[in-house]
Amino acid sequence: MEKPLTQHIVPGRKPLNLQEYEKVGGYQSVRKVLKEMTPQEVQTLVKDSNLRGRGGAGFNTGLKWSFVPMGDDAATPKYLVANADEMEPGTFKDRVLLEGNPHQLIEGMIVSAYAIQASISYVFMRWAYKLAAKEITQAIHEAYDAGYLGKNILGSGFDLEMHLHTGVGRYMCGEETALLNALEGKRANPRAKPPFPQVSGLFGKPTIVNNVETLCNIPHIINKGAEWFKKLGLTEDAGTKLYGVSGRVKTPGCWELPMGTTIRELLEVHAGGMQDGYLFKGLLPGGASTDFLVEEHLDLPMDYPSIQNAGSRMGTGTMIILDDQTCPVGFVHNLQHFFAQESCGFCTPCREGLPWVEKILLALDRGEGKPEHLLTLDFHTKYLGPGNTFCALAPGAMEPLQSALKYFREDFERHIHEHHCPWSKTTAWQPST
Amino acid sequence: MLTTEEKYQIDHEISLVPTPKNACIEALKIVQHSHGWVSDESLKDVADYVGMSTAELDSVATFYNLIFRRPVGRHVILLCDSISCYVMGYEDIRNKLFEKLSIKYGQTTADGRFTLLPNCCLGTCDCAPALMIDNDLYRNLTVEQLDEILMKYT
Amino acid sequence: MATIYIDNKPYDVKAGKNLLEACLSLGLDLPYFCYHPAMGSIGACRQCAVKVYRDENDTKGKLFMSCMEQVREGMRVSIADLEAKEFRAHIIGWLMTNHPHDCAVCDEGGSCHLQDMTVMTGHNYRQYRFDKRTYINQYLGPFLNHEMNRCIQCYRCVRYYKDYAGGKDLDVFAAHNHLYFGRAEDGVLESEFSGNLAEVCPTGVFTDKTLKQHYTRKWDLTSAPSVCHHCSLGCNTIAGERYGTIRNITNRYNGEVNGYFLCDRGRFGYEFVNSAGRVRMPLVRQMLPEATDKYTALKATASALKAGRVIGIGSPRASLESNYVLRKLVGEDNFHHGVSDTSHDLVDLALNILSEGSAPTPTLQETEQCDAVFILGEDLTNTAPLMALAVRQSVRQKPMLEQVSKANIPVWQDAAARALIQSEQGPLFMAHYTPTKLDELATKTYFNAPDDIARLGFAVANLIHPDSPEVRGISEEDQALAQQIADALMQANKPLVISGTSSGNERVLKAAANISHALIAREKAASISLVVPECNSMGLALMGGHKLESAFEAVLNDYADTVIILENDLFRRASTARVTQFLDRCEQVIVLDHLHNATTEKADILLPVGAFSEADGTLINNEGRAQRFFQVHATPEEIQESWHWLAELGTIMADEQISSWQGYDDIVKALTDEIPALRSIKKAAPTSDFRIAGQKIPREPHRFSGRTSMLANINVSEPKPPQDPDSPLSYTMEGYRGQPPSSAIPFFWSPGWNSVQATNKYQQEVGGHLKGGDPGVRLIEPIGTAPFSVAVPQAFIPLEGHLYMLPLHHTFGSEELSNQAAAIRERIPEPYVTINATDAQRMKLSEGQLLSFSIEGQVYQLPIKLSQIIPSGAAGMPNGLPGVPFAELPAWAILNRDIKWKKQPQTTF
Repeated sequence: MEKPLTQHIVPGRKPLNLQEYEKVGGYQSVRKVLKEMTPQEVQTLVKDSNLRGRGGAGFNTGLKWSFVPMGDDAATPKYLVANADEMEPGTFKDRVLLEGNPHQLIEGMIVSAYAIQASISYVFMRWAYKLAAKEITQAIHEAYDAGYLGKNILGSGFDLEMHLHTGVGRYMCGEETALLNALEGKRANPRAKPPFPQVSGLFGKPTIVNNVETLCNIPHIINKGAEWFKKLGLTEDAGTKLYGVSGRVKTPGCWELPMGTTIRELLEVHAGGMQDGYLFKGLLPGGASTDFLVEEHLDLPMDYPSIQNAGSRMGTGTMIILDDQTCPVGFVHNLQHFFAQESCGFCTPCREGLPWVEKILLALDRGEGKPEHLLTLDFHTKYLGPGNTFCALAPGAMEPLQSALKYFREDFERHIHEHHCPWSKTTAWQPST
Repeated sequence: MLTTEEKYQIDHEISLVPTPKNACIEALKIVQHSHGWVSDESLKDVADYVGMSTAELDSVATFYNLIFRRPVGRHVILLCDSISCYVMGYEDIRNKLFEKLSIKYGQTTADGRFTLLPNCCLGTCDCAPALMIDNDLYRNLTVEQLDEILMKYT
Repeated sequence: MATIYIDNKPYDVKAGKNLLEACLSLGLDLPYFCYHPAMGSIGACRQCAVKVYRDENDTKGKLFMSCMEQVREGMRVSIADLEAKEFRAHIIGWLMTNHPHDCAVCDEGGSCHLQDMTVMTGHNYRQYRFDKRTYINQYLGPFLNHEMNRCIQCYRCVRYYKDYAGGKDLDVFAAHNHLYFGRAEDGVLESEFSGNLAEVCPTGVFTDKTLKQHYTRKWDLTSAPSVCHHCSLGCNTIAGERYGTIRNITNRYNGEVNGYFLCDRGRFGYEFVNSAGRVRMPLVRQMLPEATDKYTALKATASALKAGRVIGIGSPRASLESNYVLRKLVGEDNFHHGVSDTSHDLVDLALNILSEGSAPTPTLQETEQCDAVFILGEDLTNTAPLMALAVRQSVRQKPMLEQVSKANIPVWQDAAARALIQSEQGPLFMAHYTPTKLDELATKTYFNAPDDIARLGFAVANLIHPDSPEVRGISEEDQALAQQIADALMQANKPLVISGTSSGNERVLKAAANISHALIAREKAASISLVVPECNSMGLALMGGHKLESAFEAVLNDYADTVIILENDLFRRASTARVTQFLDRCEQVIVLDHLHNATTEKADILLPVGAFSEADGTLINNEGRAQRFFQVHATPEEIQESWHWLAELGTIMADEQISSWQGYDDIVKALTDEIPALRSIKKAAPTSDFRIAGQKIPREPHRFSGRTSMLANINVSEPKPPQDPDSPLSYTMEGYRGQPPSSAIPFFWSPGWNSVQATNKYQQEVGGHLKGGDPGVRLIEPIGTAPFSVAVPQAFIPLEGHLYMLPLHHTFGSEELSNQAAAIRERIPEPYVTINATDAQRMKLSEGQLLSFSIEGQVYQLPIKLSQIIPSGAAGMPNGLPGVPFAELPAWAILNRDIKWKKQPQTTF
């Protein structure tokens, strides 16, 4: 089984330095595109590979690039940003790539920057990834020294600067337009689309923001071709995917597997099944902002269309398991607290709606719930949908809530009728002050 | 007053962006790195240096939860309170920390040693529960380990 | 145009607009908060959601925020859709989770956009049962009250204050539902435009603090359309009254002049009307007691006039009508302008440039659209604040035109446009002798003495057109700057030159005229805007009259012995010594004014006149626009317009023409018949016999309360409502309920729209002209006969032992009337003199030390402020500040190094 992304990552060992990385074929794709391919050809190849954004939205990467204005009259400088903010609760896959093989990301960024003719690039990394920041900084230095970054890369005439920006908190920064505001030294409120960042992005210039895992795939697609990449997947979605499992399983972790590996395989084979004494109740397939899936979905392949058809989203592909001994209301309350805290406060429904939802869930947790509270939760799930709010934060927050209300409604109702949380083991989840 | 070293570092950040304002978050980080937090005075210094008003810079500073606008202890404990850590029982860790340090979230120990803050997801959900003290990450935490961990910080 | 379908009805709307603008322009009710016509859309509040359908077969549709959707041909939209309605009601529900139930004690109540929108959406019952968040409020200075608990986080305040008006000290702090809108710490809001927050805020977070001190609900105010008297721009205002005192000033939208905004001098300066310094009874000094009734005063005045040889001194802060009747009464030969001679000449020159030059003068709204601006010798923020606000918008024009339209971003997409253009600004060049607040926007600033500013201006004109004279001996550096300015102006679509009278230098004006003339000669769509000193300076210039000095001479040389002084403190027009000499020499000094001042102290007869709110009249602003202001409330018979007093005097004295006038309309008719330049002023407003459906226009809303009981503590029988013979407005709530003509709108109200946002309903399209056209009539059009001026001055040369004293203007402090308003007074700076820091070092003077100097015999002793900017050999002194005696500036000040200042009684501060 091919594992292009993680083949050179050995847990617990320092990542490859530039020489070591070159020795195993590193930076070949940079040489190849600079010498043999036009930016247009790179774009087409990536589009044909059917690589879909690994940050959660799953948009075709090559297609996303194709909206960047090209040619002499395009605004300059253009920017490429690697989104290494990874703040979705339950998600820890990019960390593996950042800490384990930083040169792979840099290589992917150089090729991607070339494809859109960007001359400045950023790695926007969340503050908590201290080790990753160290490794990336080191790797960027090495790449500059080796002539892979800077002016006139490998004599091609192509220039690229690369900077690391570490964030100062806020989940919002993972949203690409909010990320751009943060990079500009502003409040990380999202921006309206249109205009899309491809046209008016960082500092008002054409910009592409791609997820780390997405960018790490690029060198391999260049080296081995679109057809190879497509064949990696077990289903119609191409490539491999970094899947992860956390929660009460025997061996939580993160694994590179063919796209379309089933949930059951992830859960039972790779994660080792549930811990003794815990039963599976449900799972969030791709981070905190995806809908619950339950027992009946376990044989679904983890790819974009299958999970979507089941009423959820593959998101980041890192799943969080809800076990039978964790109160689903408390579980959702924890999530809603997170989303309410991380709302930027820009638009009304998100800013005011999420705290309301959080307060209701707290009341339920404390046994102070009332039947009408469920109706209030229902209208929030109905009206905090995409398009109704300014960005996807609140709709994302509603996904686990609406599906919990669907699959675990009885549990919600029990909190109300029994006037306390039936999960004696789990006390009411207290929000932080 | 900004130190020469701080100015040097801020100048470098300014050199990378179109206007000095664009480097304001980096500048705040630099100041916070040397003082532990951003006081009103530091905020004003940074604002003057990058050509912003105090209000404009504070608007940015107060948006981000990891720019500290109030004094913090010598070490900041960031305890993950997000979903995987919740499932894995981070509350035991939290309660133990409350008890050991005699503080709640947002407070600093009387001896100025620790400030305890909740934090959303540290990105290490497969090793929950987790916390960070300064730059050090602790994973797969148990209540029993806390004494030993805290001892490292004076 | 595009055809769109709203709830299945076709409408023709303007293409390119957003859907919300389109709906509102059609008169449809669609609630909104964060959108503002002057500031565009950001999509934050989500209140204006509508259903948009893909095509006619789409029955499900999807919710969209109408403010963020561009109108498309054939678009199908539903406002009435149930889901859309429910969502809009929920938005209010969400906002109400934290908004307090304090409408009954909230100053905004009754004129609250949030109240209106709440009613409009049908959100009636609260479902939220948890605690609300609370905030600590801030002290924001004398103008505004802060009550953050009411905030609905629409971001309008910060977008207005920071993005639109360039304020630095108000922002949004924190995140999620802890957002806080205010200052970094308690303190006075620094912007000169802060008062607009009270109208921009859709609820009661920012409210008018001066109103709070004599609070009245909007529906209980008697209001009338007025025109601001505190600078030359003539912003349209609404003055509200109850129980005989003015309660507040709010903006009266005029699409060509002030748009949605006023400056703080204009909004809060009104309190002089209520001040203890008002003249409320006629005074005849030779009688005891001095205070007397109207008829005794009239008789005494008439006999004084009959006995004496009379001259009249008019005023640039009095209406055209009052000045005209004075002129009529004393005769054209005996009518003098009550302004300093320098000011007289400069305003004449400005009028000449506008009428005989070739470049038109823009409206403020057109100023915003100009894409390259050169300002010569005018500190706009302090002399004509709203023009500064317009210039702040103009610097966005070039990037808006070049980048935003190229990126296909509609102009109303405010956040997107700002994200695209970032900090880029169009060309703005500032030439002045001290720093100004607009410098921060300037492409280049040039600081030098007025003559050097003029030289730079002439150099620019010469580079644009060789027929404009060249400037000899100009430095290479200045020439390069002139080239840069000339290039920027030539590259612009709509270049604008701004200057004015405030630096007191005619060469600066002439240089500005040459630049605009040169641009026109090169076939650019250029314009010129000139600031003049006062609200009716231009009117006085158009009317004509002799200089003040000749009035002095007439009396001092015994050609006259009696003077009528119209609404004018002569001690602000000429030196104390000169005015004292003049007044002492007069046999009879008759003064008409509304505030006690140094001149009224010297009056033998003092007649109390109505302030702007107690008077009808016409003013002509700096662009030559005649605008009518209306009396707000009836006054006791002793207080009446100056023209009323003077006409009555004329009648007593059996002046044939004056005796024939029956009222205000007759005066206007006589004035327009007699002075051709003013012929059009009668079009500024309908005549007093104007009726709609046989009815007058009520000054009071139909919900006005207490009419029959307001005065019941004095007399239980309801008094007869006062009559207004001078205007088509009635003093009561009776009258025509529909929309009045645009020049006579006493308040903005429409069913369901109680707040000022009802303005939408009075506009042809939202943010556009008022229905029936914006108020005011232009009297001046350039005829293009003036040649290039050849008056290139020599460069400024310092004079040993002297400082060239230049006037410095202050928004708060330089204007006579607003200085008497309590709130404004808190903002007036202490007197000072600014000198060049290097000069100070040479003279061994330091900051704060007192500098003693004299100008034309007037001795001054002022604390020093050091400036790196003011040219060496020059100095600056605040103009018109209380405690700083008048000097005709600029002037050479003689440094009195050894003076024993304590022996000099002239210094009054």
